[in-house]
Amino acid sequence: MRIAVASGKGGTGKTTIATSLALSLAIEVSAPLPIFVDCDVEAPNAHLFLKPHLEQSRPVGIMIPVVDDAKCTYCGKCAEVCAYHAIAVLGRKTLAFPQLCHGCGSCAIQCSEKAITEKLDPIGVIERGPSLAGIDFRRGVLNIGEPMAVPIIRELLRQVTPRPGQTVILDAPPGTSCPVVAAMRGADYLLLVTEPTPFGLHDLRLAAQVAGELGIPAGVIVNREDGDYPDLDLFCRSSGLPILMRIPFERAIAEGIAQGRPLAEIRPEYIAAFQKLFWQITDSQIRQRAQE
Amino acid sequence: MKIVLSTTSPGLDSTTDPRFGRGAYLLVVDTETMRWEARPNPGVNASGGAGIQAAQFVADQKADAAISGDFGPHAFNALQAAGIAMYLYGDCRTADEAVKRFKAGTLERVGAATRAECDGAHHA
Repeated sequence: MRIAVASGKGGTGKTTIATSLALSLAIEVSAPLPIFVDCDVEAPNAHLFLKPHLEQSRPVGIMIPVVDDAKCTYCGKCAEVCAYHAIAVLGRKTLAFPQLCHGCGSCAIQCSEKAITEKLDPIGVIERGPSLAGIDFRRGVLNIGEPMAVPIIRELLRQVTPRPGQTVILDAPPGTSCPVVAAMRGADYLLLVTEPTPFGLHDLRLAAQVAGELGIPAGVIVNREDGDYPDLDLFCRSSGLPILMRIPFERAIAEGIAQGRPLAEIRPEYIAAFQKLFWQITDSQIRQRAQE
Repeated sequence: MKIVLSTTSPGLDSTTDPRFGRGAYLLVVDTETMRWEARPNPGVNASGGAGIQAAQFVADQKADAAISGDFGPHAFNALQAAGIAMYLYGDCRTADEAVKRFKAGTLERVGAATRAECDGAHHA
C-alpha cells in the first residue's frame, strides 16, 4: 500500500500528517515497519520530525551531452530533436545548456558523427537511514540552484521496494506541477491536506484534478480547522472526496510542531485516529477491488 | 551589416520589446539598405530555452549583432558562442531609433548577462 500525502497549497500540513501517520503505523506491532519517503526534494523537512540517522547517501544526476568539436559538423540534428532547447548550433559552435537538459539522450542518438558523448551531471543526493520508531526513512535533496526535481524523485521511488504488507508513505512536494505528479504516480491512495481558507480550497481543487487525471482515489484531511467553512465541505461532497480527519487550529499543536515534535507525540490520541484512518483507506481499497 | 532586434510588431516603426527570448517579433534589419524582415519570436511560448531559440535564429540569420532590452545567461552564452555582439536599447522607443543609434555607435554594448535566469521551477 502506497499512500501519497499532497495538498496543492504549501504549508497546509502535509509533513505533519505524513510523519504522524507513519509513526502511528510504526507503533502498531502487527504490521511491518513502514517506509517513509520525503519527496519534497527542493525543501525536505520530514527529518525534523522523524529524526533519521542518515547512514547512506548517494549522488543522483542526469546524463548531459558533451560535444566533441573536432567531430561536430554543425549539422544541427541534435538541436532539432531537443524538446527543451538544451543544445544549440550557433554558427561553428555547438553549445549544451545543462540546466535545461532533461537527460533523454536524443541528441547523442541522432548524431551521425558520434560527436556527442554523455556524462553524469550530479543534481542532488538520495539519503536513507532508520528513524523514530524504526521507520525506514528516505529522502532526496536537490542541490541548490538546480532546477529539476523530477529525476531525483523518480530515483527515490525506483529504490522503494516494499515487502508484502509494508506501507509506503510519500510526503509529496507542494503544488500540482511535474514533481508532484512524479511523487503521486503509482500511489494507491492520496491524502489531500487542506486548510479551510479560500486559498486552501482553490489549491485543493487543483490537486483533486491531478488525482482524477492520474486515477488515484483520494480523501481529504482538513487541518487548522477554526469554525465553519461550508464551501470546503460542499466541494468535497460534490467531488466525492471523503473528509477523513479534521484537526483543530490549536496553539498547543502549533507550538509543538514549531519545536519539531510530531503531532502524534503532541496529541497521542491522534495515534489511534491515524490507525483508524489507515484502516478506513485500506478497507475502501479492498471493497473497490472486490467490485472490479 | 545584418542586425536583429526584439520588437512588439513587424516593422521599423515598431516599439522595442525589452525581452529578447520572449519579445513578440525578431526584426532582421540590413543597416545599409534599411530593408527589414520580421519573424514571430520562435520561443515566445516555450516553457524554457526561449533565449536559446532566439539566439539560434539570430545565428542562423548570420547576423552580426542583436539589440534588445535584456539578455539572460542562456541567450548571452549562446550569442557569445556564435560571435554575435549584443547591445541594449537603453531608452530607445522604436526599432528605427535603435538602428540609428546603433549606427551612430551610441548604444551600450553588453559584456555579461544582464539578468539571472528564471528559477526554472516550472520547467521540471
